Amino acid sequence: MILVLTYCAVWLSFASGLLALMMNQRSLFVALSTFILKKYPNSRPSCQKILDNCLDEQRFPDFLRLSVFVLLGLSGVFAVLAGVSVLMNNEVLVDQIHLGLPWLPWHVRFDGLSGFFFLIIGIAVIAVSLYGPGYTKAYQENQHPFATLGLFTGLFVAGMLMVLLADDAFFFMIAWELMSVASYFLVAFQHEHAENRRAAFLYLLMAEVGALAIILAFGVLASFADGLTFDALRAAKLSSNWESIAFGLALLGFGMKAGLVPLHVWLPEAHPVAPSHISALMSGVMLKVAFYGLIRFCYDLIGTVHWEWGVVLLVIGTASALGGILYAMMQPNLKRLLAYSSVENVGIMVMVLGLSMIFMANNHPQLAALGLLAALFHAFNHALFKNLLFLGAGIIHHQTHELNIDMLGGLIKKMPHTSLLFLVGCMSISSLPLFNGFVSEWLAFQTALQVDVLDNGVLRSLIPVSAAALALTAALAASCFIKVFGLVFLGVPRSHNSEKAHEVTDKGMLAGPTLLAGLCFLFGIFPGVIINLLNGVAKQLLGETLPNDTAMSWLWLAPVSANKASYSPPLVLVGVLIATLFTFWTLRRNPETKTMRRADTWDCGFGGLTPKMQYTSSAFTMPFRRIFANVWLIDEQIDKDMQGAMDLNVSAIHYRLQVQDHSWPRLYEPIAQSVNTLAKQVGRIQTGNIRTYLGYSFVTLLLMLWMIS
Amino acid sequence: MNWLIAIFQVLLFVALAPLLAGWLKCCKCFLQNRRAPSLFQPYRDLLKLTRKQPVVSEQASWVFTRAPYIIFSATILAASVVPLIAVNLPTSASADVIVLVGFLGSARFFLALAGLDIGTAFGGMGSSREMTVSSLAEPAMLMAVFTLSMAASTTNLSVGITHVLNEGLVLRPSFVFALCALVLVAVAETGRIPIDNPTTHLELTMIHEAMILEYSGRHLALIEWASQLKLMLYGVLIANIFFPWGIAETFTPAALGYGLLCIMGKLTLLAIILALSETVVAKMRLFRVQEYLSFAYLLGLLGMLSHIILEASR
Repeated sequence: MILVLTYCAVWLSFASGLLALMMNQRSLFVALSTFILKKYPNSRPSCQKILDNCLDEQRFPDFLRLSVFVLLGLSGVFAVLAGVSVLMNNEVLVDQIHLGLPWLPWHVRFDGLSGFFFLIIGIAVIAVSLYGPGYTKAYQENQHPFATLGLFTGLFVAGMLMVLLADDAFFFMIAWELMSVASYFLVAFQHEHAENRRAAFLYLLMAEVGALAIILAFGVLASFADGLTFDALRAAKLSSNWESIAFGLALLGFGMKAGLVPLHVWLPEAHPVAPSHISALMSGVMLKVAFYGLIRFCYDLIGTVHWEWGVVLLVIGTASALGGILYAMMQPNLKRLLAYSSVENVGIMVMVLGLSMIFMANNHPQLAALGLLAALFHAFNHALFKNLLFLGAGIIHHQTHELNIDMLGGLIKKMPHTSLLFLVGCMSISSLPLFNGFVSEWLAFQTALQVDVLDNGVLRSLIPVSAAALALTAALAASCFIKVFGLVFLGVPRSHNSEKAHEVTDKGMLAGPTLLAGLCFLFGIFPGVIINLLNGVAKQLLGETLPNDTAMSWLWLAPVSANKASYSPPLVLVGVLIATLFTFWTLRRNPETKTMRRADTWDCGFGGLTPKMQYTSSAFTMPFRRIFANVWLIDEQIDKDMQGAMDLNVSAIHYRLQVQDHSWPRLYEPIAQSVNTLAKQVGRIQTGNIRTYLGYSFVTLLLMLWMIS
Repeated sequence: MNWLIAIFQVLLFVALAPLLAGWLKCCKCFLQNRRAPSLFQPYRDLLKLTRKQPVVSEQASWVFTRAPYIIFSATILAASVVPLIAVNLPTSASADVIVLVGFLGSARFFLALAGLDIGTAFGGMGSSREMTVSSLAEPAMLMAVFTLSMAASTTNLSVGITHVLNEGLVLRPSFVFALCALVLVAVAETGRIPIDNPTTHLELTMIHEAMILEYSGRHLALIEWASQLKLMLYGVLIANIFFPWGIAETFTPAALGYGLLCIMGKLTLLAIILALSETVVAKMRLFRVQEYLSFAYLLGLLGMLSHIILEASR
């Protein structure tokens, strides 16, 4: 039954993609409707009217767009249902599909871990399909055909869902490639700009290199097993060296997709250029699928984890978290900033997963369960708030045609609903109490603080340091998102576009983010719901749950024991409400002072405040730029225009700031150069002379004959 | 009954905060050869401010006018977690020390947003600097707190303090380092000299004051009160974690009264030390703050390492 739900989800997303192809086939639908009407002549006239209405020349595109997103949304609903029901029942479902080559059936397995990621994808897809119809209306049909967008969105979602269902390496890789290639076309959707094509190519290149690494990782396991099914791979007996090699390859492959430093460079290029609802899916969900792959590979397929792997993940995760947020701070482009912040969040997840592995390898499965739970919960939270923020960024772009935060400002008065939703996202990602981001971070800290049980001195000092790095990351994230919200929504408009902005009229475009914002708040207050679901996942994967199930009631969160640490979001909420309402009520009792007097902003008595005097993004982050100067490649130029007698008066000052990633000159450019040199060396044997080539063929033939004989 | 005492403790916290600020001012005036205002002057200031009609900039949005209430209640919530006169109260179980840092973070989040809301350079400057200082202070603070929570193997403040009480007076290197780190962080986070000067009149040297430049009336009163609360909160943290003796472990009136007396005595002493240091130390340039805070972080780290290497049972 549950499997039927999952298949429905996959088929519906395929169907939505196929339906999108019908965008230019109105005549087909008209013919179909006349055929149906002829066959059933006594159908009600109202039906006929509705059909005519839908197939009207003008309305048809809107109708089709809507129905594509309805199908996609239904796929999301089915995914959520399937995920929740498998998590509630704690089942493992297995099936085989006879597709593809006759002796290679596709194995399907749906367990708690897949179910949880189904839930994540489902929620994100529902929000996106609420948002999509309004958002995609803005694209010109002749320039950016909806058929392409809709088809590849459907394939992309189906690909992600299939990755989660896969139970053999063959099926896994097919689904993985479907996901990668479909998203390549989505990144290249606005291909008229050269930089978009470049970003898409970079994405494809890195996705394929990653896929190669994953295939090799499966290959390592498969060479010790009989067959490519995951069951066979689980049973494979490897020496610990080979296990580590497989782990390294998997980390390379999945890490490239997840955007771990230094393999993250495609992410800030590809995510901003895709349409916003697609960037939401890519950043909020696709990275999670890569994370799922890593967990599945290490905990399920290899089975035994080594503490050294945990240390590797911990270090890489910490570097990604810190690097991601520091790079995010310096970005003036809102979507690029969000993309870098995804690097940070994936870093946090990987870091906590590393902690979990360290505990697992040291025979503390309960603490390993806590770490796994924190990592998965953070994945869930990140999917919620990052989708919310990307959809919000999409609304801002839709209304102002601007993504540079230095050109925005004052939108809180023009777009009150959007600003409130975006504020919830910012608070959640900055991990403030009462929101979901805080809970997962709190769990991460709790995991790190259990380090006392370990015997190894290096680990005992390494883990607290990484916890402090996590604290620094959280504080920097708060600064970063204060900057975003403050510059985009608060203050005075910095450009004509933001001054003319107004709230979106499309209800769906607000409904999607509202759903996500509501969930962010709900799971911030009642995190126990998700944690109870996750306990089952930990039980299936590690054979162990959190120590005390009764302590996990809806009111209290006490992951280790009530004496060690507890947090009760509902009580905190009640406290905040009482304190706020009481002060609000007491201080505004006096009717004379209740109303506020509005006056000009204080201008030091000089007069003439202009929007240009406000802090900009580069001004806000200037202290950080100075303190962490070595993290970036900073190119700062100040040019002065001189005029007047002897050219001594400064008439204008031009300031230019470029902040670049270290990984380009340090890692990627050397690789690109060496590939080029290698290609040139190979080019030497390509003389362009037919006789030489015939000679090569002859020699090859001889060699082959010699080998066979 | 326990809940009543807990609520009473929170109210006491809120009520005593201006008194501490007044006492601090008295000490500073004495050290600087000035005539001190009355000890109760902060109460009068707050009362005066609440009676005035607030003047708000035309550019201000709801974030600006609602932020003071959020800041104030987040600070109260933070104060409710810290044991003032008694341990084992139910409020301290609803949140631990990481949540406490989160509450202070929320207050700061809205304060910084309010600074940006008006759209002047001063507000932006204040927000940017405040966030810089606090981003660096937060890891240092957590490092110090982690040392304690690893020693007591809990992040719950009340349980941790009980653990220290039961251990008795042992001079442990990790605690000394953590104490130094926490003191440095407290000075930075509460905006005292040498990081920030709360009495400055020069906009360019302001951090905290630059953000609240536009506030007036009851809004200003709430923000002032919240920063007094924050000062007292850090004082109580330092006093009760490192020198918890005297705090009530049973809820009898005598024990509670003794606890109150003790904490007031400790805070009086701490305020004198703070006033002394503020008189002899000059304010630091903004870009030396990172050295100061990384020193605090280093101390926290040393505390952690000395706990792991010297003190841990294994």
